[in-house]
Amino acid sequence: MTREETPGVRDIAVVAFAQTDVLRTTDELSEVEMLMPVLHSVLDRTGLKTADIGFTCSGSSDYLAGRAFSFTLALDGVGAWPPISESHVETDGAWALYEAWTKLLTGDADTALVYSYGKSSPGSLRDVLTRQLDPYYVAPLWPDSVALAALQAQALIDAGEADESALAAIGTRSRRVATLNSHAQLRGTVPQGDYAVRPLRTGDCPPVGDGAAAVILAAGERARELCSRPAWIRGIDHRIEAHSLGVRDLTDSPSTRLAAEKAGVFERPVDTAELHAPFSAQEIVLRKALRLDDSVRVNLSGGALAANPMMAAGLIRIGEAAARIHRGESDRALGHATSGPCLQQNLVAVLEGDAR
Amino acid sequence: MSKEPVAVVGIGQTKHVAARRDVSIAGLVREAARRALDDAELTWADVDAVVIGKAPDFFEGVMMPELYLADALGAVGKPMLRVHTAGSVGGSTALVAAGLVAARVHGTVLTLAFEKQSESNAMWGLSLPVPFQQPLLAGAGGFFAPHVRAYMRRSGAPDSVGSLVAYKDRRNALKNPYAHLHEHDITLEKVQASPMLWDPIRYSETCPSSDGACAMVLTDRAGAARAPRPPAWMLGGAMRSEPTLFAGKDAVSPQAGKDCAADVYRQAGIGDPRRDIDAVEMYVPFSWYEPMWLENLGFADEGEGWKLTEAGATELDGDLPVNMSGGVLSTNPIGASGMIRFAEAALQVRGQAGEHQVERARRVLGHAYGGGSQFFSMWLVGARPPES
Repeated sequence: MTREETPGVRDIAVVAFAQTDVLRTTDELSEVEMLMPVLHSVLDRTGLKTADIGFTCSGSSDYLAGRAFSFTLALDGVGAWPPISESHVETDGAWALYEAWTKLLTGDADTALVYSYGKSSPGSLRDVLTRQLDPYYVAPLWPDSVALAALQAQALIDAGEADESALAAIGTRSRRVATLNSHAQLRGTVPQGDYAVRPLRTGDCPPVGDGAAAVILAAGERARELCSRPAWIRGIDHRIEAHSLGVRDLTDSPSTRLAAEKAGVFERPVDTAELHAPFSAQEIVLRKALRLDDSVRVNLSGGALAANPMMAAGLIRIGEAAARIHRGESDRALGHATSGPCLQQNLVAVLEGDAR
Repeated sequence: MSKEPVAVVGIGQTKHVAARRDVSIAGLVREAARRALDDAELTWADVDAVVIGKAPDFFEGVMMPELYLADALGAVGKPMLRVHTAGSVGGSTALVAAGLVAARVHGTVLTLAFEKQSESNAMWGLSLPVPFQQPLLAGAGGFFAPHVRAYMRRSGAPDSVGSLVAYKDRRNALKNPYAHLHEHDITLEKVQASPMLWDPIRYSETCPSSDGACAMVLTDRAGAARAPRPPAWMLGGAMRSEPTLFAGKDAVSPQAGKDCAADVYRQAGIGDPRRDIDAVEMYVPFSWYEPMWLENLGFADEGEGWKLTEAGATELDGDLPVNMSGGVLSTNPIGASGMIRFAEAALQVRGQAGEHQVERARRVLGHAYGGGSQFFSMWLVGARPPES
């Protein structure tokens, strides 16, 4: 929903962002060890300590970690002593940010630490993600994430909205701009490669990698104290679609469009968008739903085609959008996160810097 | 800045049993959600957002099941948020949902928590196979038994207290049609004669593994005004977390639990919980946790909680009834157990608890905890809306 110009409502901003380099394997690091430098980094940027934070919320997945309650170990790393006000979502950290935003809106806290992380390297991610599917009718068939994305890409091609070269161009552009992003996993000239699942080639698919990210939110004057140019959250909303692919139009993303409407995206043009589109065809679907034309700078970070750490990639999109506002490179930016097969669930945030 | 008052206007749960083989996971959650909507006399269209919680995904073998459950819970086209905070998750989920209303982000929110434990084996699901950890930590009882021992040594409580709690809760469960265990022939002697599992915890002093779901409809002041039955008003709610293990952790009475309760009491204007709170639904998976939590929550001084239990104060007709529903000891779909505590507290102040209704229950505490006694969530609900 949008909070703009509603009397009595708190302004809340992203005031700091940090992320790891995303790596194909991190065998030598536990999840906690991977996360710790990011937590230190994001706190250092504001001068806050764990004990200064009003609310903490994280996102991760037990299925990636291969054990129940995996997030408890990360909490030990945060150093929750004396006890902290804290919560956890079992999904991408963008939804943890949403929960933290609502907490700050209630006035129960003035600052929030949001973090998320995921290691895909210990298992076969394509197999693991099949466990997200309807457990009775679909999951037993083990359709993997690339195959489902290929269905979506083919639907887009069949609808005349893309062809294979258009898809290839998205992957190429993403990895070319990612040369400016030292955290990205795939950068520079990457071969489009062989078919992974037709019509998707390896270049249309995200790299599998491990990574973590963290964000600090603050309300009102506190945000101005902590950041010279806060990225104000003007609106944030998320929507889910039906699970069954058979009842969805895969060439469209009505949940993204609705979330964008509720977040106020269409009220004024954005200059920057960070889209969580793990597969090249999904960028086309999202651009359409969000009505982004060529005047909008999309995925200058390289996006998920350059680095897609599960459970952190969506939070990173919001963090990247906010960081551009912090640096004065954007005045109004859109951050997007997705969850589930073929863009089933989508979150959209609108961030703005103070007028210059 | 004022928060919107939050009202519980609909409560639904399933009849909890060991195995609901007649329904899918989707069927199970939908049953509870429908009952909550029916109680509120609302339809799916009246719901602005869905907040769902459960304990680890490994219990059912479905990764992020909210994706699959979106259709069954009428969430298509709506925001759907998934919460996971270990055993406290049912409470945390309700609090996250309440936050959406309090922040005026949404007017009416459906919140639901579930576990279909028959699809797995909770004991081994809870036996954490990580390196550098003792290999024979079988199930939650193995983790908590030493803490119970520590409590007994510290407080000087007689061995008999644990059995009294189990005997009470199982009798209370007979008055609750939704409770899993209905042991009509229960006697104190039977509890005391049951096998020792994790010394000092006996078989009859442990929770069952249940299939079940619990749902609530939370709404704002305007929604409450339209409600067909008396709402329960949230007077305070809080979550606190602390690390699993560290030098100086008090596993018997964790600081996070004390802090969480203190925050709730501050919000609700509770000066003396023993005097100001009429009844408590607390998360007691092993019977000894009743006296332990009575102290942690401030209902008794340190070392004195067992005396309340022994004196019968926590009986259904005592002056501080605890776990009127039969509690976790009688019903334990883990991911839902916290929300059932919150919902039972709300049922009591709405005067809708049926045979296990406590007379003059005006302010009732719902409590949940999880992990290695490290995650706490609580709310206090009342029959009257918060002042201010």
